[in-house]
Amino acid sequence: MSFALVDGNNFYVSCERVFDPKLQGRPVVVLSNNDGCVVSRSDEAKALGVKMGAPWFQLRALAARFGIVALSSNYALYADMSSRMMAVLAAFAPAQEVYSIDECFLSLHGLALPERLRLGAAIRQRVRQWLGLPVCVGIGATKTLAKLANHCAKKRLAGSDGVCDFAALPAAELSALFSSLPVGEVWGVGPRLAQQLSALGIDSVEALRRADAALLRRRFSVLLERTQRELNGVPCLTLEDVAPNKQQILSSRSFGQLVGELAPLREAVAHHVAVAAERLRSQGSCAGRVEVLIRTNPHKDAPQYHGLLAVPLPTPSDDTLLLTRVALWALERVFRPGYLYQKAGVALLDLSPATAQAQDLFVTVRDNARLMQAMDRINALWGRGTLRSAAEGCNDAAWRMKRGRLSPGYTTRWDQLPCAA
Amino acid sequence: MPRLSSDPGVILPPGQPLLAEAVPAGFPSPAADYFEARLSLDEYLIKHREATFFVRVSGNSMTGFGIHDGDLLVVDRALDPVDRSIVIAVVDGEFVVKQLCRLPEGVLLRSGAAGHRDIFVGAGQTLEVWGVVRWSIHRL
Repeated sequence: MSFALVDGNNFYVSCERVFDPKLQGRPVVVLSNNDGCVVSRSDEAKALGVKMGAPWFQLRALAARFGIVALSSNYALYADMSSRMMAVLAAFAPAQEVYSIDECFLSLHGLALPERLRLGAAIRQRVRQWLGLPVCVGIGATKTLAKLANHCAKKRLAGSDGVCDFAALPAAELSALFSSLPVGEVWGVGPRLAQQLSALGIDSVEALRRADAALLRRRFSVLLERTQRELNGVPCLTLEDVAPNKQQILSSRSFGQLVGELAPLREAVAHHVAVAAERLRSQGSCAGRVEVLIRTNPHKDAPQYHGLLAVPLPTPSDDTLLLTRVALWALERVFRPGYLYQKAGVALLDLSPATAQAQDLFVTVRDNARLMQAMDRINALWGRGTLRSAAEGCNDAAWRMKRGRLSPGYTTRWDQLPCAA
Repeated sequence: MPRLSSDPGVILPPGQPLLAEAVPAGFPSPAADYFEARLSLDEYLIKHREATFFVRVSGNSMTGFGIHDGDLLVVDRALDPVDRSIVIAVVDGEFVVKQLCRLPEGVLLRSGAAGHRDIFVGAGQTLEVWGVVRWSIHRL
Protein backbone atom coordinates (compact mmCIF):
# COMPACT_ATOMS: atom_id res chain seq x y z
CA MET A 1 0.00 0.00 0.00
CA SER A 2 1.07 3.54 -0.60
CA PHE A 3 -0.57 6.89 0.03
CA ALA A 4 0.28 10.49 -0.78
CA LEU A 5 -0.87 13.51 1.18
CA VAL A 6 -0.84 16.69 -0.89
CA ASP A 7 -1.14 19.89 1.12
CA GLY A 8 -1.13 23.53 0.02
CA ASN A 9 1.62 25.64 1.59
CA ASN A 10 0.19 28.63 3.49
CA PHE A 11 -2.94 28.02 1.42
CA TYR A 12 -4.98 31.19 2.06
CA VAL A 13 -1.97 33.49 1.65
CA SER A 14 -0.92 31.61 -1.49
CA CYS A 15 -4.40 32.03 -3.02
CA GLU A 16 -4.21 35.79 -2.41
CA ARG A 17 -0.76 35.96 -4.00
CA VAL A 18 -1.90 34.32 -7.23
CA PHE A 19 -4.05 37.34 -8.02
CA ASP A 20 -2.01 40.07 -6.38
CA PRO A 21 1.66 39.60 -7.37
CA LYS A 22 2.61 42.60 -5.21
CA LEU A 23 2.18 40.33 -2.19
CA GLN A 24 5.05 38.13 -3.30
CA GLY A 25 8.13 38.34 -1.12
CA ARG A 26 6.27 40.39 1.49
CA PRO A 27 5.09 39.28 4.93
CA VAL A 28 1.37 38.53 4.52
CA VAL A 29 -1.22 37.17 6.95
CA VAL A 30 -4.88 36.24 6.52
CA LEU A 31 -7.20 36.92 9.46
CA SER A 32 -10.13 34.89 10.80
CA ASN A 33 -13.77 35.97 11.00
CA ASN A 34 -14.24 39.58 12.06
CA ASP A 35 -10.54 40.11 11.36
CA GLY A 36 -9.73 38.56 14.75
CA CYS A 37 -6.76 36.20 14.60
CA VAL A 38 -4.07 35.09 12.18
CA VAL A 39 -5.16 31.92 10.36
CA SER A 40 -2.58 31.81 7.54
CA ARG A 41 0.95 33.22 7.30
CA SER A 42 3.46 33.64 4.53
CA ASP A 43 6.99 32.35 5.20
CA GLU A 44 8.12 35.97 5.62
CA ALA A 45 5.51 36.51 8.34
CA LYS A 46 6.58 33.30 10.08
CA ALA A 47 10.19 34.51 9.97
CA LEU A 48 9.10 37.69 11.79
CA GLY A 49 7.77 35.51 14.60
CA VAL A 50 4.05 35.90 13.84
CA LYS A 51 2.32 32.94 15.50
CA MET A 52 -0.68 31.01 14.25
CA GLY A 53 -3.80 32.23 16.05
CA ALA A 54 -2.20 35.47 17.22
CA PRO A 55 -4.82 38.23 17.73
CA TRP A 56 -4.43 40.90 15.09
CA PHE A 57 -4.67 43.82 17.52
CA GLN A 58 -1.53 42.54 19.27
CA LEU A 59 0.37 42.55 15.97
CA ARG A 60 -0.36 46.06 14.82
CA ALA A 61 2.94 47.52 16.01
CA LEU A 62 4.97 44.71 14.45
CA ALA A 63 2.90 44.99 11.26
CA ALA A 64 3.54 48.71 10.97
CA ARG A 65 7.26 48.26 11.54
CA PHE A 66 7.79 45.47 9.01
CA GLY A 67 5.02 46.25 6.55
CA ILE A 68 3.00 43.12 7.22
CA VAL A 69 -0.04 42.99 4.95
CA ALA A 70 -3.17 41.66 6.68
CA LEU A 71 -6.20 40.46 4.71
CA SER A 72 -9.69 39.30 5.69
CA SER A 73 -10.62 35.70 4.89
CA ASN A 74 -11.88 35.60 1.30
CA TYR A 75 -13.78 32.32 1.62
CA ALA A 76 -15.27 32.48 -1.88
CA LEU A 77 -11.78 32.70 -3.40
CA TYR A 78 -10.28 29.92 -1.24
CA ALA A 79 -13.23 27.60 -1.89
CA ASP A 80 -12.92 28.10 -5.66
CA MET A 81 -9.15 27.60 -5.68
CA SER A 82 -9.58 24.54 -3.47
CA SER A 83 -12.09 22.91 -5.80
CA ARG A 84 -9.78 23.61 -8.74
CA MET A 85 -6.83 22.11 -6.88
CA MET A 86 -8.77 18.99 -5.85
CA ALA A 87 -9.89 18.44 -9.45
CA VAL A 88 -6.31 18.77 -10.73
CA LEU A 89 -5.06 16.33 -8.09
CA ALA A 90 -7.83 13.81 -8.76
CA ALA A 91 -6.39 13.25 -12.22
CA PHE A 92 -3.15 11.89 -10.73
CA ALA A 93 -4.56 8.84 -8.94
CA PRO A 94 -7.37 6.29 -9.16
CA ALA A 95 -8.70 7.32 -5.74
CA GLN A 96 -8.77 10.56 -3.76
CA GLU A 97 -9.98 11.60 -0.32
CA VAL A 98 -10.45 15.33 0.14
CA TYR A 99 -9.45 15.81 3.76
CA SER A 100 -9.74 19.58 4.17
CA ILE A 101 -9.88 22.76 2.11
CA ASP A 102 -6.18 22.50 1.26
CA GLU A 103 -5.20 18.84 1.60
CA CYS A 104 -6.14 15.49 0.14
CA PHE A 105 -4.97 11.91 0.18
CA LEU A 106 -4.24 10.06 -3.05
CA SER A 107 -3.88 6.34 -3.50
CA LEU A 108 -0.53 5.42 -5.07
CA HIS A 109 -0.92 1.64 -4.76
CA GLY A 110 1.16 -0.36 -7.19
CA LEU A 111 3.69 2.38 -7.97
CA ALA A 112 7.39 1.72 -7.33
CA LEU A 113 9.52 4.28 -5.47
CA PRO A 114 10.99 6.04 -8.55
CA GLU A 115 7.53 6.34 -10.10
CA ARG A 116 6.11 7.74 -6.87
CA LEU A 117 8.86 10.36 -6.65
CA ARG A 118 8.30 11.34 -10.28
CA LEU A 119 4.57 11.59 -9.64
CA GLY A 120 5.16 13.77 -6.58
CA ALA A 121 7.31 16.15 -8.62
CA ALA A 122 4.74 16.19 -11.44
CA ILE A 123 1.96 17.04 -8.96
CA ARG A 124 3.93 19.98 -7.60
CA GLN A 125 4.78 21.25 -11.05
CA ARG A 126 1.21 21.04 -12.34
CA VAL A 127 -0.49 22.67 -9.37
CA ARG A 128 2.15 25.41 -9.47
CA GLN A 129 1.68 26.06 -13.19
CA TRP A 130 -2.08 25.62 -13.52
CA LEU A 131 -3.11 27.35 -10.30
CA GLY A 132 -0.03 29.24 -9.12
CA LEU A 133 -0.17 27.42 -5.78
CA PRO A 134 2.80 25.81 -4.00
CA VAL A 135 2.12 22.36 -2.53
CA CYS A 136 4.15 19.68 -0.77
CA VAL A 137 3.74 15.95 -1.23
CA GLY A 138 4.25 13.39 1.54
CA ILE A 139 4.30 9.72 0.65
CA GLY A 140 4.12 6.72 2.98
CA ALA A 141 2.81 3.19 3.34
CA THR A 142 -0.09 4.42 5.50
CA LYS A 143 -2.16 7.58 5.73
CA THR A 144 -0.53 8.44 9.07
CA LEU A 145 2.94 8.10 7.52
CA ALA A 146 1.92 10.13 4.46
CA LYS A 147 0.73 12.93 6.73
CA LEU A 148 4.01 12.87 8.66
CA ALA A 149 6.01 12.74 5.41
CA ASN A 150 4.15 15.84 4.26
CA HIS A 151 5.24 17.64 7.42
CA CYS A 152 8.86 16.62 6.68
CA ALA A 153 8.56 17.81 3.07
CA LYS A 154 7.26 21.20 4.24
CA LYS A 155 9.92 21.65 6.87
CA ARG A 156 12.60 20.32 4.49
CA LEU A 157 13.62 17.68 7.01
CA ALA A 158 14.33 15.11 4.32
CA GLY A 159 15.47 16.86 1.19
CA SER A 160 14.28 20.23 -0.03
CA ASP A 161 12.41 19.43 -3.23
CA GLY A 162 8.96 19.44 -1.62
CA VAL A 163 8.42 15.70 -1.99
CA CYS A 164 9.16 13.27 0.85
CA ASP A 165 8.74 9.51 0.50
CA PHE A 166 9.77 7.68 3.67
CA ALA A 167 10.59 4.59 1.59
CA ALA A 168 13.46 6.57 0.05
CA LEU A 169 15.24 6.79 3.43
CA PRO A 170 17.42 3.98 4.82
CA ALA A 171 16.06 2.51 8.09
CA ALA A 172 18.73 4.14 10.26
CA GLU A 173 18.11 7.57 8.76
CA LEU A 174 14.34 7.20 9.15
CA SER A 175 14.80 6.20 12.76
CA ALA A 176 16.98 9.26 13.38
CA LEU A 177 14.43 11.52 11.68
CA PHE A 178 11.57 10.08 13.75
CA SER A 179 13.61 10.53 16.92
CA SER A 180 13.93 14.22 16.14
CA LEU A 181 10.17 14.72 15.62
CA PRO A 182 8.03 15.51 18.69
CA VAL A 183 5.21 13.03 19.22
CA GLY A 184 2.67 15.82 18.78
CA GLU A 185 3.45 15.92 15.05
CA VAL A 186 1.67 12.59 14.60
CA TRP A 187 -1.78 12.76 13.03
CA GLY A 188 -4.34 12.18 15.77
CA VAL A 189 -2.04 13.06 18.68
CA GLY A 190 -3.31 16.38 20.02
CA PRO A 191 -1.48 18.65 22.51
CA ARG A 192 -3.11 17.00 25.56
CA LEU A 193 -2.35 13.46 24.47
CA ALA A 194 1.18 14.50 23.55
CA GLN A 195 1.64 15.81 27.10
CA GLN A 196 0.37 12.58 28.65
CA LEU A 197 2.63 10.54 26.38
CA SER A 198 5.64 12.70 27.22
CA ALA A 199 5.01 12.05 30.90
CA LEU A 200 5.51 8.35 30.14
CA GLY A 201 8.74 9.09 28.29
CA ILE A 202 7.10 8.74 24.87
CA ASP A 203 8.08 12.15 23.56
CA SER A 204 9.18 11.49 19.98
CA VAL A 205 7.59 9.82 16.96
CA GLU A 206 10.22 7.11 17.22
CA ALA A 207 9.35 6.48 20.88
CA LEU A 208 5.68 6.10 20.01
CA ARG A 209 6.58 3.76 17.17
CA ARG A 210 8.57 1.55 19.55
CA ALA A 211 6.20 1.80 22.55
CA ASP A 212 4.48 -1.23 24.06
CA ALA A 213 1.24 -1.69 22.11
CA ALA A 214 -0.60 -3.27 25.04
CA LEU A 215 0.32 -0.30 27.23
CA LEU A 216 -0.98 2.17 24.64
CA ARG A 217 -4.26 0.31 24.39
CA ARG A 218 -4.64 0.00 28.16
CA ARG A 219 -3.57 3.51 29.14
CA PHE A 220 -5.08 5.34 26.19
CA SER A 221 -7.23 3.80 23.48
CA VAL A 222 -7.36 1.40 20.58
CA LEU A 223 -7.18 4.49 18.38
CA LEU A 224 -3.67 5.25 19.60
CA GLU A 225 -2.66 1.62 19.16
CA ARG A 226 -3.95 1.87 15.59
CA THR A 227 -1.92 5.04 15.07
CA GLN A 228 1.15 3.17 16.26
CA ARG A 229 0.52 0.34 13.79
CA GLU A 230 0.17 2.90 11.02
CA LEU A 231 3.49 4.49 12.05
CA ASN A 232 5.05 1.05 11.64
CA GLY A 233 3.74 0.78 8.12
CA VAL A 234 0.70 -1.40 8.79
CA PRO A 235 -2.26 0.23 7.02
CA CYS A 236 -5.34 0.48 9.23
CA LEU A 237 -7.05 3.43 7.55
CA THR A 238 -8.36 3.43 4.00
CA LEU A 239 -9.37 6.28 1.74
CA GLU A 240 -12.83 7.62 2.42
CA ASP A 241 -14.28 8.77 -0.88
CA VAL A 242 -17.40 10.29 0.60
CA ALA A 243 -17.41 12.36 3.75
CA PRO A 244 -19.78 10.75 6.27
CA ASN A 245 -22.95 12.70 6.98
CA LYS A 246 -22.71 14.99 9.96
CA GLN A 247 -24.55 13.99 13.13
CA GLN A 248 -25.15 17.60 14.08
CA ILE A 249 -24.92 20.83 12.17
CA LEU A 250 -23.77 24.03 13.80
CA SER A 251 -23.78 27.57 12.56
CA SER A 252 -22.51 30.28 14.84
CA ARG A 253 -20.34 33.34 14.63
CA SER A 254 -19.19 36.31 16.63
CA PHE A 255 -20.84 39.61 15.74
CA GLY A 256 -19.11 42.44 13.92
CA GLN A 257 -20.01 44.54 16.99
CA LEU A 258 -21.67 43.77 20.33
CA VAL A 259 -25.46 43.57 20.32
CA GLY A 260 -27.82 44.44 23.19
CA GLU A 261 -31.27 44.34 21.59
CA LEU A 262 -33.46 41.39 20.73
CA ALA A 263 -34.15 42.46 17.13
CA PRO A 264 -30.61 41.99 15.72
CA LEU A 265 -30.28 38.73 17.69
CA ARG A 266 -33.45 37.52 15.95
CA GLU A 267 -31.89 38.31 12.58
CA ALA A 268 -28.65 36.55 13.47
CA VAL A 269 -30.43 33.44 14.75
CA ALA A 270 -32.66 33.33 11.66
CA HIS A 271 -29.54 33.65 9.52
CA HIS A 272 -27.81 30.75 11.28
CA VAL A 273 -30.93 28.60 10.91
CA ALA A 274 -30.91 29.32 7.17
CA VAL A 275 -27.22 28.39 6.81
CA ALA A 276 -27.59 25.22 8.89
CA ALA A 277 -30.85 24.13 7.25
CA GLU A 278 -29.33 24.48 3.79
CA ARG A 279 -26.50 22.17 4.83
CA LEU A 280 -29.07 19.85 6.42
CA ARG A 281 -30.96 19.51 3.15
CA SER A 282 -27.79 19.13 1.09
CA GLN A 283 -26.91 15.99 3.04
CA GLY A 284 -30.52 14.74 2.90
CA SER A 285 -31.23 14.91 6.62
CA CYS A 286 -33.95 16.19 8.92
CA ALA A 287 -33.40 17.62 12.39
CA GLY A 288 -35.26 16.40 15.46
CA ARG A 289 -34.09 19.16 17.80
CA VAL A 290 -33.15 22.82 17.46
CA GLU A 291 -30.74 24.45 19.88
CA VAL A 292 -30.17 28.18 20.24
CA LEU A 293 -27.17 29.75 21.94
CA ILE A 294 -26.40 33.38 22.81
CA ARG A 295 -23.56 34.65 24.92
CA THR A 296 -21.68 37.74 26.03
CA ASN A 297 -17.96 38.29 25.48
CA PRO A 298 -16.14 36.28 28.20
CA HIS A 299 -12.97 38.36 27.69
CA LYS A 300 -14.72 41.66 28.47
CA ASP A 301 -15.05 43.07 31.94
CA ALA A 302 -18.85 43.31 31.76
CA PRO A 303 -21.89 41.39 33.09
CA GLN A 304 -21.75 37.85 31.72
CA TYR A 305 -24.61 35.72 30.45
CA HIS A 306 -24.73 32.46 28.56
CA GLY A 307 -28.13 31.37 27.27
CA LEU A 308 -28.84 27.96 25.78
CA LEU A 309 -32.11 26.22 24.96
CA ALA A 310 -32.82 23.10 22.94
CA VAL A 311 -36.33 22.50 21.63
CA PRO A 312 -37.45 19.07 20.39
CA LEU A 313 -39.65 19.05 17.30
CA PRO A 314 -42.86 16.98 17.13
CA THR A 315 -41.67 15.60 13.78
CA PRO A 316 -38.15 15.90 12.30
CA SER A 317 -37.98 18.68 9.72
CA ASP A 318 -35.69 20.27 7.14
CA ASP A 319 -37.91 23.29 6.53
CA THR A 320 -36.05 26.59 7.05
CA LEU A 321 -39.26 28.45 7.87
CA LEU A 322 -40.43 25.96 10.49
CA LEU A 323 -36.97 25.67 12.02
CA THR A 324 -36.73 29.47 12.11
CA ARG A 325 -40.03 29.78 14.00
CA VAL A 326 -38.87 27.22 16.55
CA ALA A 327 -35.44 28.86 16.95
CA LEU A 328 -36.94 32.33 17.42
CA TRP A 329 -39.35 30.95 20.00
CA ALA A 330 -36.34 29.51 21.86
CA LEU A 331 -34.38 32.76 21.50
CA GLU A 332 -37.15 34.80 23.12
CA ARG A 333 -37.04 32.46 26.10
CA VAL A 334 -33.27 32.64 26.63
CA PHE A 335 -32.88 36.34 25.88
CA ARG A 336 -32.16 38.58 28.89
CA PRO A 337 -32.09 42.35 28.41
CA GLY A 338 -29.23 44.36 29.89
CA TYR A 339 -26.36 42.32 28.44
CA LEU A 340 -24.08 42.96 25.48
CA TYR A 341 -24.06 39.84 23.34
CA GLN A 342 -21.03 38.85 21.30
CA LYS A 343 -22.16 35.62 19.70
CA ALA A 344 -25.24 33.74 18.58
CA GLY A 345 -25.52 30.29 17.15
CA VAL A 346 -27.87 27.52 16.14
CA ALA A 347 -27.36 23.76 16.30
CA LEU A 348 -29.54 21.26 14.47
CA LEU A 349 -29.47 17.98 16.40
CA ASP A 350 -30.91 14.44 16.36
CA LEU A 351 -30.45 14.19 12.62
CA SER A 352 -32.12 11.43 10.64
CA PRO A 353 -32.40 10.67 6.92
CA ALA A 354 -35.11 12.74 5.26
CA THR A 355 -36.44 9.67 3.45
CA ALA A 356 -37.12 7.82 6.69
CA GLN A 357 -39.67 10.30 8.03
CA ALA A 358 -42.90 8.74 9.20
CA GLN A 359 -45.95 10.80 8.39
CA ASP A 360 -47.50 12.16 11.51
CA LEU A 361 -51.26 12.38 11.17
CA PHE A 362 -51.57 14.77 14.05
CA VAL A 363 -49.09 17.35 12.87
CA THR A 364 -50.78 20.04 10.88
CA VAL A 365 -47.65 21.96 9.91
CA ARG A 366 -46.66 20.70 6.47
CA ASP A 367 -43.07 21.13 5.37
CA ASN A 368 -42.63 23.38 2.37
CA ALA A 369 -40.52 20.82 0.51
CA ARG A 370 -40.92 22.36 -2.92
CA LEU A 371 -40.38 25.88 -1.64
CA MET A 372 -37.14 24.73 0.04
CA GLN A 373 -35.98 23.05 -3.17
CA ALA A 374 -36.64 26.24 -5.11
CA MET A 375 -34.87 28.34 -2.48
CA ASP A 376 -31.76 26.12 -2.53
CA ARG A 377 -31.59 26.24 -6.32
CA ILE A 378 -32.01 29.99 -6.50
CA ASN A 379 -29.37 30.53 -3.82
CA ALA A 380 -26.99 28.09 -5.52
CA LEU A 381 -27.32 30.05 -8.76
CA TRP A 382 -27.36 33.61 -7.46
CA GLY A 383 -25.49 33.35 -4.18
CA ARG A 384 -26.41 32.57 -0.58
CA GLY A 385 -29.11 34.76 0.88
CA THR A 386 -30.58 35.86 -2.48
CA LEU A 387 -33.86 34.31 -1.35
CA ARG A 388 -34.21 34.30 2.43
CA SER A 389 -36.77 34.53 5.16
CA ALA A 390 -37.69 38.09 6.14
CA ALA A 391 -36.57 37.22 9.69
CA GLU A 392 -32.95 37.34 8.50
CA GLY A 393 -33.14 41.06 7.82
CA CYS A 394 -30.94 42.96 5.42
CA ASN A 395 -27.35 42.34 4.39
CA ASP A 396 -25.57 45.29 5.98
CA ALA A 397 -26.66 44.80 9.58
CA ALA A 398 -24.02 45.55 12.23
CA TRP A 399 -24.05 42.00 13.64
CA ARG A 400 -22.77 40.60 10.35
CA MET A 401 -19.16 39.61 9.89
CA LYS A 402 -16.60 42.39 9.72
CA ARG A 403 -14.22 41.92 6.81
CA GLY A 404 -12.58 45.28 6.34
CA ARG A 405 -9.57 43.91 4.47
CA LEU A 406 -11.33 41.68 1.99
CA SER A 407 -9.68 41.13 -1.40
CA PRO A 408 -11.82 41.03 -4.59
CA GLY A 409 -13.79 37.99 -5.75
CA TYR A 410 -11.21 37.41 -8.49
CA THR A 411 -12.80 34.18 -9.72
CA THR A 412 -16.40 34.52 -8.58
CA ARG A 413 -17.51 38.08 -9.45
CA TRP A 414 -17.61 39.55 -12.95
CA ASP A 415 -17.12 43.05 -11.56
CA GLN A 416 -14.04 42.08 -9.52
CA LEU A 417 -11.81 40.32 -12.05
CA PRO A 418 -8.07 40.95 -12.03
CA CYS A 419 -7.08 43.67 -14.52
CA ALA A 420 -4.21 43.72 -17.03
CA ALA A 421 -2.97 46.84 -18.81
CA MET B 1 -29.94 8.83 -24.01
CA PRO B 2 -29.53 11.05 -20.96
CA ARG B 3 -32.22 10.92 -18.33
CA LEU B 4 -34.40 13.99 -18.60
CA SER B 5 -36.48 15.65 -16.02
CA SER B 6 -40.13 16.42 -16.36
CA ASP B 7 -39.98 18.67 -13.33
CA PRO B 8 -40.28 22.25 -14.60
CA GLY B 9 -38.48 23.47 -11.49
CA VAL B 10 -35.23 21.71 -12.33
CA ILE B 11 -32.43 24.07 -13.27
CA LEU B 12 -29.92 22.14 -15.32
CA PRO B 13 -26.23 22.96 -15.30
CA PRO B 14 -24.97 24.62 -18.48
CA GLY B 15 -24.26 22.29 -21.35
CA GLN B 16 -26.74 19.73 -20.15
CA PRO B 17 -29.67 18.87 -22.38
CA LEU B 18 -33.04 20.36 -21.63
CA LEU B 19 -36.13 18.81 -23.11
CA ALA B 20 -39.74 19.02 -22.10
CA GLU B 21 -41.11 15.55 -22.34
CA ALA B 22 -44.56 16.22 -21.04
CA VAL B 23 -46.50 13.82 -23.19
CA PRO B 24 -49.44 12.80 -21.07
CA ALA B 25 -51.34 11.42 -24.05
CA GLY B 26 -51.03 11.33 -27.79
CA PHE B 27 -48.10 10.82 -30.09
CA PRO B 28 -44.56 10.92 -28.60
CA SER B 29 -42.21 13.54 -30.01
CA PRO B 30 -40.53 12.25 -33.18
CA ALA B 31 -37.48 14.38 -32.27
CA ALA B 32 -36.84 12.56 -29.01
CA ASP B 33 -34.52 10.02 -30.61
CA TYR B 34 -32.36 12.73 -32.22
CA PHE B 35 -31.48 14.52 -29.08
CA GLU B 36 -28.10 16.33 -28.86
CA ALA B 37 -26.63 18.53 -26.14
CA ARG B 38 -27.18 22.26 -26.60
CA LEU B 39 -24.05 24.21 -27.52
CA SER B 40 -22.12 25.67 -24.63
CA LEU B 41 -19.75 28.64 -24.79
CA ASP B 42 -17.86 27.28 -21.79
CA GLU B 43 -17.07 24.18 -23.76
CA TYR B 44 -15.98 26.22 -26.78
CA LEU B 45 -13.80 28.73 -24.94
CA ILE B 46 -12.37 26.65 -22.11
CA LYS B 47 -9.93 23.84 -22.72
CA HIS B 48 -8.64 23.31 -19.17
CA ARG B 49 -11.44 24.07 -16.73
CA GLU B 50 -9.29 24.16 -13.60
CA ALA B 51 -6.51 26.26 -15.14
CA THR B 52 -8.70 28.86 -16.85
CA PHE B 53 -9.20 32.32 -15.37
CA PHE B 54 -10.81 35.52 -16.63
CA VAL B 55 -8.94 38.83 -16.75
CA ARG B 56 -10.32 42.26 -17.61
CA VAL B 57 -8.36 44.50 -20.02
CA SER B 58 -7.67 48.03 -18.86
CA GLY B 59 -6.27 50.48 -21.40
CA ASN B 60 -5.59 50.44 -25.11
CA SER B 61 -2.04 49.12 -25.39
CA MET B 62 -3.08 46.06 -27.42
CA THR B 63 -5.63 47.37 -29.93
CA GLY B 64 -3.40 46.22 -32.80
CA PHE B 65 -4.08 42.66 -31.71
CA GLY B 66 -7.83 43.26 -31.50
CA ILE B 67 -7.73 43.58 -27.71
CA HIS B 68 -9.56 46.65 -26.40
CA ASP B 69 -10.19 48.42 -23.12
CA GLY B 70 -12.80 46.52 -21.09
CA ASP B 71 -12.51 43.26 -23.06
CA LEU B 72 -12.69 39.96 -21.22
CA LEU B 73 -9.65 37.72 -21.63
CA VAL B 74 -9.87 33.95 -21.28
CA VAL B 75 -6.51 32.94 -19.83
CA ASP B 76 -5.29 29.33 -19.76
CA ARG B 77 -2.42 28.66 -17.36
CA ALA B 78 -2.07 25.06 -18.53
CA LEU B 79 -0.66 26.20 -21.88
CA ASP B 80 3.07 26.78 -22.29
CA PRO B 81 3.75 30.12 -23.95
CA VAL B 82 5.48 29.95 -27.31
CA ASP B 83 6.99 32.68 -29.49
CA ARG B 84 4.25 35.21 -30.41
CA SER B 85 1.79 34.01 -27.75
CA ILE B 86 -0.37 36.72 -26.21
CA VAL B 87 0.29 36.40 -22.49
CA ILE B 88 -0.51 37.84 -19.10
CA ALA B 89 2.85 38.65 -17.50
CA VAL B 90 3.81 40.18 -14.18
CA VAL B 91 5.86 43.37 -14.49
CA ASP B 92 6.72 45.31 -11.32
CA GLY B 93 3.96 43.52 -9.43
CA GLU B 94 1.28 44.41 -11.99
CA PHE B 95 -0.45 42.30 -14.62
CA VAL B 96 0.18 43.28 -18.23
CA VAL B 97 -1.19 41.76 -21.41
CA LYS B 98 1.50 41.65 -24.12
CA GLN B 99 2.79 39.60 -27.01
CA LEU B 100 5.73 37.44 -26.02
CA CYS B 101 8.55 37.47 -28.59
CA ARG B 102 11.61 35.33 -28.05
CA LEU B 103 14.83 37.05 -29.10
CA PRO B 104 18.38 35.70 -29.02
CA GLU B 105 19.25 38.08 -26.18
CA GLY B 106 16.06 37.70 -24.13
CA VAL B 107 12.33 38.17 -24.34
CA LEU B 108 10.41 41.16 -25.66
CA LEU B 109 6.93 41.86 -24.36
CA ARG B 110 5.40 43.75 -27.26
CA SER B 111 2.57 46.20 -27.03
CA GLY B 112 0.14 46.41 -29.92
CA ALA B 113 -0.49 50.13 -30.24
CA ALA B 114 1.47 53.24 -31.13
CA GLY B 115 2.68 55.18 -28.11
CA HIS B 116 2.77 52.15 -25.83
CA ARG B 117 6.22 50.91 -24.92
CA ASP B 118 7.53 47.39 -25.31
CA ILE B 119 9.21 45.76 -22.34
CA PHE B 120 12.52 43.99 -22.77
CA VAL B 121 13.48 41.25 -20.37
CA GLY B 122 17.15 40.28 -20.61
CA ALA B 123 18.38 36.71 -20.46
CA GLY B 124 19.62 37.27 -16.89
CA GLN B 125 16.33 38.69 -15.59
CA THR B 126 13.36 36.61 -14.54
CA LEU B 127 10.10 36.96 -16.38
CA GLU B 128 6.93 35.68 -14.80
CA VAL B 129 4.40 34.61 -17.40
CA TRP B 130 1.09 34.26 -15.52
CA GLY B 131 -0.89 32.60 -18.29
CA VAL B 132 -1.55 32.38 -22.00
CA VAL B 133 -4.48 34.36 -23.42
CA ARG B 134 -6.65 32.13 -25.60
CA TRP B 135 -9.58 34.41 -26.30
CA SER B 136 -10.52 38.04 -26.06
CA ILE B 137 -14.24 38.63 -25.75
CA HIS B 138 -15.23 42.02 -27.08
CA ARG B 139 -18.65 43.58 -26.64
CA LEU B 140 -19.97 45.27 -29.77
